[in-house]
Amino acid sequence: MSGRVFYAAAGMGAKVRAPALVAKDGFSARYDLDRIKGVFSRPQHKLAGESYVGRVLVLDAAKGGVATAWMLYEMKSRGVMPAALVLNAVNPIMVQGVALADFTMISGFEEDITQAIASGAMVEVDPTGERPCIRML
Amino acid sequence: MRLTDEELAMRAGAFGPAVQWAIEHQIRVGRYLGADDFVPVTQAHIMADTESLGVAGVEWLEGWARLPAAQRRVRVPTITDPRGTDFAAAARLKQQPWMLDLERRAIAAFEALGILMTDTCINYQTIMPPVHGEHVAYGDTGVVIYCNSVCGARSNFEGGPSALSAGLTGRTPRYGYHLDERRRATLVIHIGATPRDLNDWGALGGIVGRLAGDYWQVPALVGLDRVPGSDEMKHFGAALASYGSVALFHMVGITPEAQRLDDMLPQGDIPTHDVGDADIRAFHAAYAKDIDKVDLVVFSAPQLSLVEMRQVADLLDGRRVTIPLLAITSPQVKPDADRMGLTRRIEAAGGTVLAGMCFYQSYAREMAEANGWQRLATNSAKLTNIIGGYGYRPALMSMEACVAAACAGGVIGARNER
Repeated sequence: MSGRVFYAAAGMGAKVRAPALVAKDGFSARYDLDRIKGVFSRPQHKLAGESYVGRVLVLDAAKGGVATAWMLYEMKSRGVMPAALVLNAVNPIMVQGVALADFTMISGFEEDITQAIASGAMVEVDPTGERPCIRML
Repeated sequence: MRLTDEELAMRAGAFGPAVQWAIEHQIRVGRYLGADDFVPVTQAHIMADTESLGVAGVEWLEGWARLPAAQRRVRVPTITDPRGTDFAAAARLKQQPWMLDLERRAIAAFEALGILMTDTCINYQTIMPPVHGEHVAYGDTGVVIYCNSVCGARSNFEGGPSALSAGLTGRTPRYGYHLDERRRATLVIHIGATPRDLNDWGALGGIVGRLAGDYWQVPALVGLDRVPGSDEMKHFGAALASYGSVALFHMVGITPEAQRLDDMLPQGDIPTHDVGDADIRAFHAAYAKDIDKVDLVVFSAPQLSLVEMRQVADLLDGRRVTIPLLAITSPQVKPDADRMGLTRRIEAAGGTVLAGMCFYQSYAREMAEANGWQRLATNSAKLTNIIGGYGYRPALMSMEACVAAACAGGVIGARNER
């Protein structure tokens, strides 16, 4: 798997390297996270109980309400945040939150990205090139 | 993105640093989402409770609020979503002084920016509903989906920073639901049984939201046997937006852009689904299957209309609640509820009427810890979806069943009799 590259339709932010945390599930900072403890807290979420701090979150779709637009900035201010977001489908809220927080995110793949990358794999997320991508290291 | 001379001037700082930041933020968002240009908006609506903002977000707002008046004022009417407290009831909710201090600081900053502190998520019922075709920049997903779908207005989900940007620049990037082609149906839902109670409408919204799956899907519902009222649309839309991140739906023969199914169908086949009474029952049953007793009852998310306030008051007449029952409404409805005796009737039965806040936006985790709350009954599917992440175990029930539980020490009887 090392060296495989998956290209995204859009990206924003700086290049980052970190271990992936992957699930075929959605993402909303308000609905899914205990932002103080830095863990997924919604019991129905497939990552419930897992720490997201310093991980590249590879998930299916942005979900829920508008609060994430503020929350990523707040999470970054305390350093209790993921390394990057990699999503099959974004909503505007996720883009707005990433823009405010100067965070890293890429989205939109030809295949289901949650099936292509294994949890724990070391990856590089690069939104800075002509074609944003996630690369297996 | 193509920029006008005025937008170029904003970007160059001619209108000050707040507007410069705002247009730059909007350009970044617009580029990501494929906008070619901007569209003028007539209103903005900001979600900015301090549980979301945190100290960092409040300090960020205060930085803009310190600018000279000419550089910090919004250009179009800009209003607010619920706040993180009802100051009059904060002690009863066991909210902490630091929460109230943060709220006061945020309010002062918003007021310095020229924002109207409406503190409501039902502005389409109480403030100024948008008209068909009006481009707006609304926060709160329930507000967006109602105004897009029922009013025929045009908005994307605008989170706090982007709604504030729209207020400051008077425009928003033209992508998503500002465009005709994005408003066509992407899936068709055949309804086998028209919901009856508000919780059933919310359950239907949750089911359709799960089927839709993401923001770019537009469900068209076929087969409803009557026109839903405003509160029913409100609960349906709020749940659909919450479970599916959906911003627009059509009800064929009912909502303004879909008088006929053909009006909103794209070329070619699109997915179809059937949803019936059994699905709605199963949706309810999936929550809190093992809960037979709750610690509190919450009517919130969205805030209650005047009509819902009267329904709660009617159900409580001659009864006495023995666990906390919170009825949360807007600052616009509250004076009418006071004047018409609804607040008095709810509180005479032991309930609590709150205004200008929403339960999940009000430090729900801290309130749970301070009050020993864990199991919660509500008739809001949206609240049911959200509140689990804050450590609660929710039960979705009819308003009647919620009130009955509140009067029976929290013991749940018939959860959703139909």
